[in-house]
Amino acid sequence: MTRVHVQLAALAAVVCLAAAPFVLSPFSITLMNYIGIYSLVAIGLALLTGVGGIVSFGQAAFVGVAAYATAWVSALNGYSPWLGLLFGVALTCGVAAILGVVTLRLQGHFLSLSTVAWGLAIGFLFGNVEGLGRFNGISSIPPISIGSFALVSSAQIYFLIWGIVAVILFLGYNLMDSRLGRAMRALRGGNTLVESLGINAFKVKLVTFVIAAFLASLSGWLYAHMSRFISPGPFDAGMGIEYLMMSMVGGAGSLLGGVVGAAIVTLLKNSVQDYLPLIAKGASGQLEIVAFSALFILFLQWARQGIVPFVARYLPKIQRERPQPAPPLPRRAQPTPGELLLKVDGAERRFGGLIAVNKVSFEVRSGEILAVIGPNGAGKSTMFNCLTGALRVNKGEIVFGGRPITRDAQSRIAKAGIARTFQHVKLRPRMSLLENVMLGTYARTGAGLLAGAFRLNQREEASARHEALTQLERVGLGDKPFELAGNLPLGNQRILEIARALAADPTLLVLDEPAAGLRRQEKLRLAELLRSLRADHLTILIVEHDMEFVMSLVDRIVVLDFGSKLCEGAPAAIRSDARVQEAYLGGVA
Amino acid sequence: MTSDIAAILAIDGIATGAVYALVAIGTVLIFTVTRVIFIPFGDIAAFTALTLAALDAKRFPGTGALVVILACLATLIEIVSLLRAGELRILPRALLFYFVLPIAVVGAAWLTMRVDPPLAVRLVLALMLITPISPLLDRIVFRPIADGTVLLLLTVSVALHFALVGLGLLFFGPEGVRTEPLTSLSTEFAGVLISGQTMLIVIAALVFSGLLYLFFDFTLVGKSLRATAVNRTGSRLMGIRPARAGTIAYLLGSLMAGVSGILIAPVNTVFYDSGFLIGLKAFVGAIVGGLTSYPGAAIGAVGVGILESFASFESSALKDVIVFSLLIPVLIWRSLASLHSEEEIEE
Repeated sequence: MTRVHVQLAALAAVVCLAAAPFVLSPFSITLMNYIGIYSLVAIGLALLTGVGGIVSFGQAAFVGVAAYATAWVSALNGYSPWLGLLFGVALTCGVAAILGVVTLRLQGHFLSLSTVAWGLAIGFLFGNVEGLGRFNGISSIPPISIGSFALVSSAQIYFLIWGIVAVILFLGYNLMDSRLGRAMRALRGGNTLVESLGINAFKVKLVTFVIAAFLASLSGWLYAHMSRFISPGPFDAGMGIEYLMMSMVGGAGSLLGGVVGAAIVTLLKNSVQDYLPLIAKGASGQLEIVAFSALFILFLQWARQGIVPFVARYLPKIQRERPQPAPPLPRRAQPTPGELLLKVDGAERRFGGLIAVNKVSFEVRSGEILAVIGPNGAGKSTMFNCLTGALRVNKGEIVFGGRPITRDAQSRIAKAGIARTFQHVKLRPRMSLLENVMLGTYARTGAGLLAGAFRLNQREEASARHEALTQLERVGLGDKPFELAGNLPLGNQRILEIARALAADPTLLVLDEPAAGLRRQEKLRLAELLRSLRADHLTILIVEHDMEFVMSLVDRIVVLDFGSKLCEGAPAAIRSDARVQEAYLGGVA
Repeated sequence: MTSDIAAILAIDGIATGAVYALVAIGTVLIFTVTRVIFIPFGDIAAFTALTLAALDAKRFPGTGALVVILACLATLIEIVSLLRAGELRILPRALLFYFVLPIAVVGAAWLTMRVDPPLAVRLVLALMLITPISPLLDRIVFRPIADGTVLLLLTVSVALHFALVGLGLLFFGPEGVRTEPLTSLSTEFAGVLISGQTMLIVIAALVFSGLLYLFFDFTLVGKSLRATAVNRTGSRLMGIRPARAGTIAYLLGSLMAGVSGILIAPVNTVFYDSGFLIGLKAFVGAIVGGLTSYPGAAIGAVGVGILESFASFESSALKDVIVFSLLIPVLIWRSLASLHSEEEIEE
């Protein structure tokens, strides 16, 4: 399947949708309208939950904010629904931005719980504010008019709803395939990974959150002017979970899944309403929610992936062309070989009473490979985390390229030119090799949200793609750039991480135990790669405890033991040092 | 607001808070042992109140049918999973726990109802009928995904709550109930009248949290539960079965929820869907304790009760808005205070 096939399929879908009102019954069209309106919210949730990993139970509240806002503007104050749209979108995005700033630093389930909290709080607000009609709601909301043509019947507003859905899908898929979209898709890998790529994780989360709220606000606006009446019911906590269900049924992480999920849930609900009374007379209302929740639970137990990813497995893979040569991305000024690059001065890090790193000082000069070694518990990892900004030192200073980075955030340190790899490989297994490496170019590129969504980023994208391919070739993984990263064996995953780090054009490459878990052949290949990088004048700092791997490779070694620096010197001198032998092998009894 | 009113509000709040505290402690118990944030606890409390009301009205409560259905489902699932694992030899035991025991409880309740039992017996019956529900739900709903992420479990838990609300309407009907006060005594303290029910609530909360403390610190089962909470794999290696620990936690937790339901029924009118707000507010309290500390959860829950009491005096319409808005700062404080290792989200 090529790109053209995909475009043809999309075109066919658009034609079918456009023809639907002329074929279907009015009832089916109304149902389609609801599906479209719910789709918008579900697409937003697919982005937020599936892609970004932020589970939100509160989207219904955003839909409500926009619906009430436009009802207030148009029904209560007599202005145009278009003004209502502006006001609704602005208000919803504003509320979302404030909530996001406050809550998005929360971790894991705390964040999801906070969405339950504000979802409920906003939901209760609708029914209790005097000016918004309390539980009676607001009626006689005017229809949307285009010029003097009012969209009154369901067949008329159908085109508006599905037009918006189609445009949103198009923009959404463009965005996913852009610099910002890749950063969003990396969010699930955890903050440390994202920040290590020079990406401000909080900012990306906030943008994702506001986009999801924006889509919910479009949905709320359409809902208010389609049903012409609103009450608190459709925006309560129950609806919030229903939206979540739609996006999960369709396949969280897939934008199209939002539409498919909305369709399945809406149709299912409709048929449950039709058939349950036949089974249990008089109890259908109660059984509906029971049957529905039970189905959802079964779904979560058996098919967490969702429908679209499941179907996609059986479709032929999309054939992609190898990236073409493109103008290179700008490079950093590289330091002259031998120049002082990194200086750690009296670094100290405590955890309560334990001093993990105790007054450690060392220097790294440009163009060399330096290893920090030591037995288990020597403080290597803590030292590493302090260098990359994952931890702060309690005392001492770290200077990189003449600038103190002691207090900098991880993403700033990454931007300054320190690129890292992880002891436990952190790749995005569902992204291709090429995309994983393109993540590394984030800090060297600049396309934003709109440029990504409207494809105004194509020149930069071509350069980034080409750069990524170049780095893949440099490390020897250039033959299958569209393979998924999760399919690689561990040794190659380590090497892929190095390619990603190289794509950031670093001046210092820091490797956290790169030989851990590798087989002998893989270690030899890795050592060879690192030597070739040194030949290209790249400076490398390795934290490692595999002595054999280190000895034959590096220029100088710093030995840590119990948090303090034991000694420093060339491999041969370190090997014969009595203190090192004692630390590693134990003293003579 | 005069100091008299403030005192009345405070006492009212403490009573409500004590009820929340019982549910909150149960929530913490389940979360630490199974990692499930069990939102439906409030529903269990509400169902207890409804069960008791039905018993008072000399009707056999819908809880019986609910337990029977759940027991059948759980047994079926257990048999299938035993068949798959090829472990049919423990089938008799599974049948005993998932089928015979729950059915026996319902049967005993049904028989006792024929002789028009006194209040004390009805209280015991209500608790007996309600306790099997959560362990059975655990078997049906959570056991198959016990290794899922906290978020997956939370999502399932929220869905389960909605299912229970629907079932509640089905089995108990839409009418609200208010049971007879358990005591008509009252006393005056510093010029403020305190009803016996209020005192009973506070005393019951204290007694049950005390018992729980003794259970955890002085019994082997209690210690095995704590071990499971700290490290599932580690405790499994020590011969503790996490699934069994989970069942015990659910039993204990639903007992506490049941007690709180009995206590709140004479004070507030309870509907089939009242549980959600009870559960959530208890949960807010539990979060104050970081979902790990029992005293923290109890203090937090009492705090929520007092806050709610004062908020409803200021603006009864917006009291829930106020309570849930205040959850956000609490969450932020907890998130900052908790040491968390970063968890990657599963693909």
